[in-house]
Amino acid sequence: MSALLQAIDLRKSFGERSVLRGVSVEIAAHEVVAVIGASGSGKSTLLRCLNLLETIDDGQILLGGEDISDPRVDANRVRARFGAVFQSYNLFPHLSVLDNVTLSLRYVHKVPRAAADERGMRLLERVGLADKAREHPDRLSGGQQQRAAIVRAIATDPEILLLDEITSALDPELVGEVLELVRELADEGTTILMATHEMAFARDVAHRVVFLDAGRILEHGPPAEVFANPREERTKEFLTRFRA
Amino acid sequence: MTDAAYPPSALELDRRAYRKRQSTKSVFVALVSTLAFAAVVWLTVLNTPGWAGVQQSFFDPATFWSSLPRVWEGFLLNLQVLALSVVTVAIFATVIALLRTLRGAVFFPVRVLAAAYTDVFRGIPLIIVLYLIGFGVPALLNQRVPLILLGTAAITITYSAYVSEVIRAGIEAVHPSQRIAARAMGLGYAQTLRLVVLPQALRKMTPPLMNDFVAMQKDVGLVSIIGLVDAVRAAQIETSLSYNFTPYIVAALLFVLLAIPTIRLTDWYTARLQRREQMGSVV
Repeated sequence: MSALLQAIDLRKSFGERSVLRGVSVEIAAHEVVAVIGASGSGKSTLLRCLNLLETIDDGQILLGGEDISDPRVDANRVRARFGAVFQSYNLFPHLSVLDNVTLSLRYVHKVPRAAADERGMRLLERVGLADKAREHPDRLSGGQQQRAAIVRAIATDPEILLLDEITSALDPELVGEVLELVRELADEGTTILMATHEMAFARDVAHRVVFLDAGRILEHGPPAEVFANPREERTKEFLTRFRA
Repeated sequence: MTDAAYPPSALELDRRAYRKRQSTKSVFVALVSTLAFAAVVWLTVLNTPGWAGVQQSFFDPATFWSSLPRVWEGFLLNLQVLALSVVTVAIFATVIALLRTLRGAVFFPVRVLAAAYTDVFRGIPLIIVLYLIGFGVPALLNQRVPLILLGTAAITITYSAYVSEVIRAGIEAVHPSQRIAARAMGLGYAQTLRLVVLPQALRKMTPPLMNDFVAMQKDVGLVSIIGLVDAVRAAQIETSLSYNFTPYIVAALLFVLLAIPTIRLTDWYTARLQRREQMGSVV
């Protein structure tokens, strides 16, 4: 199986603090991989290294066989092949929801405004936000904002969707609507790499689970295996805290 | 708001009566303090022995009207300098601010130069910059330069230093997560700045920018020192002819009338921003 995205022995430190200590992970097309682990274990950093928001200290990242960790590649062009959704939505407050969704289409992919708007509206309609298209993000609930942010990330039809703890900032009753959308995307065959604390969701939706601990991958495998029979003591400990 | 179906409770009626008493009391206090202030002004200024003389030499209606055309003509020059400066300051200050926000070791000298510029020209009094530019530049070029350009140049140099700091603060006040979101979708550095950072920064910096604009409106009156016959110089000439200081009052009045709309607009805009940001709170 040839991987769509392959990270080999990634290392990243911030000053003295070593955050990734040799992380290797790969994801095939149409695969859903969940990265779990305590806060500070390096989940977010891993995701941000993959789409070149951070520069790695060592290792290699291959996207469709191309070495994207080579400083000679155009990082903007590489980032445009990813879709990213963040914990705190990061919608642009000065733009309408529709303009948020179409910004990348128009300015990175050079799609004409009318065509971009049409695609944006179609996607917003799909997630039930068509009536909010002309509103600014601050008029939306947290759940609606995060769904709009997901639409913004998939508007360009990215090769891989990176989800960085996208429900961690939401009120508990709003988590469901966001996860439902992710589940739909996964069912359609979207390639997703997500850092998450939603263990039940990861078990349901992910094809593979990766447990990150102090910058290393301690355990990985199908969710049934990792959740039911964790081999490592640290994994057991971590999972018990989440089941409680 | 009030719900028609539910008549207010006795408790709420009591609260409303109390609030009404309080606001009546406030109006009364304001009235008394205004009267007291007027009385103090009347006693301390209008009743002083020198008031009659001051009134004659500063507030003489005849001189007021006779000097108005000349002062007004000069004032139009101030307006020209102001209009030119607004454009040049906007461009120059934005460039300086952007140079200061550039990252990376390559841009170190540029950053240092831009920082030094803002330090130096926020430190030098505008009047000295006016002298240096007004008399230095013609000497340097060894030819006459239109005074209006020299005045505009001096104001641009000084005000760009202030305004670029406001712009830089505005840019830095935009949360870094906004840049990250923009870069993550493949937008480049310049696109991110233009499409995401600057539009948000502009909102944050509008009140302080308008403040600087008010200050600039009156500081254009300083160009008189390089020999430009603006409102201030015209008033000075009129004063020397009439031995009456009323022309200065004329010039002052014109500057105030120019400033008031901007000041009101700034207040209105700031209040609106505040209302938006603290929706639903009484404090």
